[in-house]
Amino acid sequence: MENKTLKKIDLIFADYTSSKYKVLEKVLEKTPDEIINEIIDSGLKGRGGAGFPTGLKWKFTKNEDNPVKYVICNADEGEPGTFKDREILERVFRKVLSGMATCGYAIGAKEGYIYLRGEYLYLVPELEKEIEYFDEFAKKLNLDFRIFLRMGSGAYICGEESALFESMEGKRGEPRNKPPYPTVSGYNQCPTVINNVETFATVQIICKIGSEEFKKLGTSDSRGSKLFSVSGDTPTPGIYELELGMPLTDFVDNYGDGDTKAVQVGGASGFCVPRKHLKDTIIGFEGIPTGGSMMIFNSSRSMYNVLHDYLEFFNEESCGQCTPCRVGCQQLLKGIESVKKGERKPQYLDELKKLASTMKIAAKCGLGQSVANPFNSIVDNFREEIIY
Amino acid sequence: MSEYLVNLKVNNIPVSVKEGTSILDAAKKLNFNIPTLCNHPDLSVAGNCRVCVVEVKGARLLAASCATPVSEGMEVSTNSEKVRTARKHVIELLLSEHNADCTKCFKNGNCELQDLASEYRVGDHVFIDLVKAKDKILDISSPSITKDDSKCIRCQRCVRTCEELQAVGALAVVKKGDHQRISTFLNKPLDEVVCTNCGQCINRCPTGSLTERTYLDEVWNAINDPSKHVVVQTAPAVRIGLGEDLGYDPGERVTGKMVAALRHIGFDSVLDTDFTADLTIMEEGTELLTRLKRALVDGEKVALPMMTSCSPGWIKFQEHMFPDLLDNLSTCKSPQQMFGALAKTYYARKKGIDPKNMVSVSIMPCTAKKFECVRPEMRDSGYQDVDYVLTTRELAMMVKQAGIDFMKLEDEKYDSIMGNSTGAAVIFGATGGVMEAALRTAYEIVTGREVPFTNLKIMPVRGFEGIKEAKIMIKGVKPEWGFLEGAELSVAIAHGLSNANELMKAVRTGKVNYHFIEVMGCPGGCLGGGGQPIPTSPDIRQKRADAIYSEDEGLPLRKSHENPEVAQIYKDFLGEPLGHKSHDLLHTHYKPRKRY
Repeated sequence: MENKTLKKIDLIFADYTSSKYKVLEKVLEKTPDEIINEIIDSGLKGRGGAGFPTGLKWKFTKNEDNPVKYVICNADEGEPGTFKDREILERVFRKVLSGMATCGYAIGAKEGYIYLRGEYLYLVPELEKEIEYFDEFAKKLNLDFRIFLRMGSGAYICGEESALFESMEGKRGEPRNKPPYPTVSGYNQCPTVINNVETFATVQIICKIGSEEFKKLGTSDSRGSKLFSVSGDTPTPGIYELELGMPLTDFVDNYGDGDTKAVQVGGASGFCVPRKHLKDTIIGFEGIPTGGSMMIFNSSRSMYNVLHDYLEFFNEESCGQCTPCRVGCQQLLKGIESVKKGERKPQYLDELKKLASTMKIAAKCGLGQSVANPFNSIVDNFREEIIY
Repeated sequence: MSEYLVNLKVNNIPVSVKEGTSILDAAKKLNFNIPTLCNHPDLSVAGNCRVCVVEVKGARLLAASCATPVSEGMEVSTNSEKVRTARKHVIELLLSEHNADCTKCFKNGNCELQDLASEYRVGDHVFIDLVKAKDKILDISSPSITKDDSKCIRCQRCVRTCEELQAVGALAVVKKGDHQRISTFLNKPLDEVVCTNCGQCINRCPTGSLTERTYLDEVWNAINDPSKHVVVQTAPAVRIGLGEDLGYDPGERVTGKMVAALRHIGFDSVLDTDFTADLTIMEEGTELLTRLKRALVDGEKVALPMMTSCSPGWIKFQEHMFPDLLDNLSTCKSPQQMFGALAKTYYARKKGIDPKNMVSVSIMPCTAKKFECVRPEMRDSGYQDVDYVLTTRELAMMVKQAGIDFMKLEDEKYDSIMGNSTGAAVIFGATGGVMEAALRTAYEIVTGREVPFTNLKIMPVRGFEGIKEAKIMIKGVKPEWGFLEGAELSVAIAHGLSNANELMKAVRTGKVNYHFIEVMGCPGGCLGGGGQPIPTSPDIRQKRADAIYSEDEGLPLRKSHENPEVAQIYKDFLGEPLGHKSHDLLHTHYKPRKRY
């Protein structure tokens, strides 16, 4: 395992004002295949959390034989504890547009959409102004690619890519069966690249500094740096760009308040890492991946309450379509309540863990599949707090 | 689907199937039965119940076998420990949100969830009971359909049925997470929304969440009341469906046994809706010829194409969705309502029964008929013409409750003066049947000769194609029908309301030009009606259709105008088709309805 230490990086928010789409202008001199190969070579993995290799996603979509393709920017940032996409949109939106245009050019799409979280409505006027400017610039470059905004309405599930397509098509936001994957059949049943806001911004950075330079950061499994949304019991909450591959101890040493009990990595759907495992936990795809959310809990926090809150969240935000998720979430919540009240024996937690494990492999989409992450990691590490 | 073959292994047994086949179907080919709930042969794939999950070697997740296509080299296990644990969990979860009051449930004994629970021996309730008290409040607003949310397992078959098969969209998924449920527009009661009462949702509900509104008690009470004369009529499609609920395979004709059973049960007069089906042909055929004459000879502006009006689900659909085309509907009542109006007038008078002591019951393959009989227009006899409508399924329950060993019954015949019928009436039960019956009679009235099809089988109007078309050249007409000489009669047939919807859109925009259209609200026609035995599938409906056509061929009379009791009623009571009395008793009108 490569030994990395915590290193602050400044790429995403850096030198913004100097160049209006200069990077994009240069990228368009390359062929689509050159661009895709560069992205593949950079090792960039999706910054939304799931970590699918971005270049491959683009390649698959490009290879589809369909005259209509789409680029979609997933800006439905809804994971509890994640707020870095908002910052990117507010501060360096041009990089996102540039990344989307690069993708559109590379895969042969003429339309791009930004699916914006409902609660980010206040960003719209600024975003629209920039999109208008982008449109003019694209015309000057003879780039046949237009970008449109679409609003979400506040459902967490619509951040799941296929539910997002359904929502964009005007239907109820419910995840689809997979396969087919978006690269084959996405928005309007056409091949679609859907990437996170940060992924597109990172594409712009790779195009600027080159994949060789980008690869110098991070580990072989987790190239580059990414943004972290730090919240909870920390004296310095905020957004930080850090090199991937650091041990969680380093992170806690820098951002904790000295009394850190656990860190929830990856939001409500992520993992809870207790103090005793901080040292041997790497932040990255070889360890625990995250879309950016890092919630720090100190010894004043009840992990029962933390888990209870997460489960309430999932109870409300499950689309309700598939059995394991709809009913499973209710059973997990009611289950820990009944153990807490002493209505059920502590051993019932083991039944619930088995149920969570079933949800992990039998639920239809990432939402239901990931409820087991916080559930099992909190119950395993803080069992006594759940029971007593 | 492509012709390309994919090789895979299911439970270590190799199998080759066409590309695009689901794992579920591939396993079925090897006789491995994977349980399903949300899956249905008539509907799009949902993949949401997760009962059908299987393990695919090398995959992190279990795959929903109904929704996952096979791929080359795939190794599937349908019964691994992982699969069994997950499946049991899913069943237990469904039961935890299900009001498992099985002994009191209308669907007790015919419930897919109950079957699964029994198969997997889900004994102790592992999980916490989640049924909310408020969900136990039934929606009994509709005279046809009862909706019980506490038994709903959210498989969404009903939603897909209503949308995909029927183009109605009365049922939809609302809210999310633990509040998700199946509801109506603004959560209004079923009788205030666009629901056509077709009951197709009932046929596909895997539990007792959607059932017919039952009138069994009312009917038993009437039978047990010595002061009442209880008349029963049976629709064409009941005789080829009933057997399925009483031990027979689909496609068994049980007409004679059914008549015997009805007598055993205690009905005072056992009569046949087929009689008024024949009568409908006389009235509707005459109406069509009259409309054509007014249009072609008198140059009047007449609403054409004329459309059939036998199917009450279709009628309500039209009132909601195409109110501008109501004049195109034939003014004929449905055979059930013609029967009702005649039972309390003609039959009562002939048999010397006081109509106020008569209770008129009909056995229908249909739930919309329950709504139809309480329409305020349907009281032309001076009383409610038909008092109670029971579905085919409810009749099967009565047979069982009466302790009748159905399979051992000797065939019996219907009572007379409204019990005789022809093959033309029987085929009313299949899509295209009314059209075929009408053509057999109309062609013969106009030309004096039989329709030019071998053995009277008008094949172009038969079959399960969504929208069928046929053209018949009329030649050598009788002098009084001279205006039709050389005319080509153009007809169309649709079954299932989504097909009707397409056809109506084409009619409304003038894209198509027909003289006569038959529409049946349910897929396959009445044989696939919302009151027929459950389950239903294209295969089952095909067997029922085969039974209907063989019933037709086995009858001595196969043209409505040859029914001697029909001739008699015109002579003794009605006068002539479209005459004054007919107008009073056998015809009706329609009213536009809003869509919300």
